[in-house]
Order: sequence, then structure tokens, then C-alpha cells
Amino acid sequence: MAQVLRQLQLGPLKDRNLLVGLETSDDAAVYKLTEDLALIQTVDFFTPVVDDPYFFGQVAATNALSDIYAMGGRPLLALNIVCFPNCLPLEWLTAILQGGADKVAEAGAIIAGGHSVQDDEPKYGLAVTGLVSPQKVITNAGALPGDVLILTKPIGTGIITTGIKAGLVSPETQVAAVTSMTTLNAAAATAMPAAGVHACTDITGFGLLGHAAEMALASKVSLELEMGKIPLLPEIENLASLGLIPGGAYKNRDYLINEIIFADRITAIEKMILFDPQTSGGLFIALPGEKERDFFAALNRQEKRTLFVQTVGRVTEKQDYLILVK
Amino acid sequence: MVEVDARGFSCPIPVVKIMHAIENSPGESITVFVESEVSRENVSRLAQSKGYTVEIEALAEGYKLILNPPSS
Repeated sequence: MAQVLRQLQLGPLKDRNLLVGLETSDDAAVYKLTEDLALIQTVDFFTPVVDDPYFFGQVAATNALSDIYAMGGRPLLALNIVCFPNCLPLEWLTAILQGGADKVAEAGAIIAGGHSVQDDEPKYGLAVTGLVSPQKVITNAGALPGDVLILTKPIGTGIITTGIKAGLVSPETQVAAVTSMTTLNAAAATAMPAAGVHACTDITGFGLLGHAAEMALASKVSLELEMGKIPLLPEIENLASLGLIPGGAYKNRDYLINEIIFADRITAIEKMILFDPQTSGGLFIALPGEKERDFFAALNRQEKRTLFVQTVGRVTEKQDYLILVK
Repeated sequence: MVEVDARGFSCPIPVVKIMHAIENSPGESITVFVESEVSRENVSRLAQSKGYTVEIEALAEGYKLILNPPSS
């Protein structure tokens, strides 16, 4: 996608109110309306990642809403985007939309409409509009040397959904993955202002290393990640060693391999896990080291607990690599 | 010699086919045809995790893998 976008002729549209656009591969577009108010817009939709239509709807909505949280905003309105074949029961469509509606309601936003087309394979997602103060926009471009890096969900949903298609994932692990994918990033986002966050993105299709590399590139810094501190979903290493690795992980690896240094003790399996494309992944946050405690305190004050929030590394001056994994 | 043609299938189906072949024919060499690099890597990973050695031959389209069991 990045390669295609680079070739686009977008015309002479330089609008100084467009605070975040295409240039830095960020999560959503941000447009300043007034000195106090900016609009955040994002759209995301995909094919089913779990068999249950209601949970699929929840995952798709959680994923679409996440881009708003990653920019430091709050979601306001959402529009459904649906592709659905006429050979499947309409109850499935109802269940998908109900899953989406429930997550949007949990986020305190409103579904205001949508659009559907007939297609061979079901697809669902949402276009979401959010609000943020222009002074409080959090991009992926602000990380500074000395910052700590925090990840708010475990890694491994791509490998687990591949394993589910092969019928090789235990019910407990399936529940753990679905719980993670349907947990809103709202609590982590709400804790960010208390900690003077410098940069944030959410972890999705490019995997932990892909989105971390985007942050490093946009922020003109390098990142150090500690393999032992990165939270992983259960069974991940076993599933990966059985070859249940989605094609996207290999694409991510081939695209990024020259930008990343791995310590010798990082295994081939661990590398593939870090390249695993995520669905509805966590926030990846850079904040000043001295504010780390404030962030966790603010998070613990939230009504909704996020389970796997973990400090996973730190930001350094720019090196001749984007990321060092040790 | 067991042969599995997994061309025309995308992952995880080739991996599942090889898993079944390993279960059904323990101790036998398995010749596998796959069409993508992803399937080549994933099938190799599976075989190695079960102790097999893997020989890979690139074909005009896709790959031929020979999986040799631990005991032979």
C-alpha cells in the first residue's frame, strides 16, 4: 500500500489545516477545524478472522475505532461498510452488525449509517470520525531518545487465526485471542494525557516490527525492543514452529529485514512472531522514561482493565538500523 | 514414498495436508509440491519441528520438497 501511495499524484492540495496526512504512514487523517477542535478520520474493513459472526463484528469495530485512539482522540460517529453474499443467511449479517454496534456503543460513539454491496466473500468494517484538540494530537512522529516504549496488547493474532483455520488452536487460546481483539484501546488511550505521551500508533497488519519501524522512521530515531518483555498470546511459539504463519508475516519480513538487527539469541520463530500481522492489536506508545509510572497509575485508575500492558523497550538516538531486538 | 501435491492451496491448507501425511505415514519420506514461498517456508518449518530434514528444489512454477524422517 505504501508503495502505491508514493506514486499517487494528489494535485496541489496543500492545506495547512491538514495536520496529519499521507506522509508519515500514520493511523488516521487529522484536519483542524478551529483552534480548539480537529477532526480525525479513518476507515478499515476486512474479511472474517473468526468464525462467529457476532465476534467478527466486534473485532472489526474494535480495530476501526483503534485508529482514533492511536491519534489521542475520542470516537464520535461511525458508518458501517459491509460486503455480503446473498447465499449466506441474513442472520449472520445481523450478528456481524450487532457485534459492531455493541463495540461502537461501548466506545461512546454512534453508528450513523453505512453502505452495503453484494460480494462473494463477507467483509465488514467502519469509517470512523473522531475529535481531538489540535494541541493534543498524538502522531507516530514524536518519539524522542530516552522514551520508554509500551505495548498494550499481546502479539500473535495472525498466527492464531491461521491456526484456527487449520483447526489446531485450543478453545482457551481462541478465547484469549478473541478477548484481545475485542478489547477497545480506550483505556490505554485515556491514560495517555497523564503521561505526556510523545508518540503512539496501533499495531495492525505490518506487525509489531512494521509499525515500530514506521514510528522510528517518522520520528527520526531508533528503537530497542526486548524480546523477553514482549507479551505473547498463548501457544504462539508452538503454532509458529508448526508452520502456521500467515503470508503477511513473510511479506513484512521481506520488506523490513534490512532495517532490523536481531541479537544472536533471537530464534527464527521469535522473529516471525514479531513480523506477525495483527488484527485489532494494541497501542504502541513512546513516553518519557520519568512518566512511565504516571502512565501505569493512570491506567490502573481506569474502570476497564487492559490485561497485557507492558514496557517493551526504549527509544535511542538514530542508528544505522531502525530497530534492535535483543 | 508418499507424495502430497498441495499446489492450488494457500496456507494453512498445505501445512494441514503434510501434518496428516506425517501422522499417516510415520518414518516415510514425503515428497511435497507447493506453489508459494510462504507454503515452502511453512511446510519446511513443520517438517523440521518434527525432526525431518528438508531438501528443496525450485521448479518452473512452485517448489518440490523432499522431507526425510528422523530415523532414515
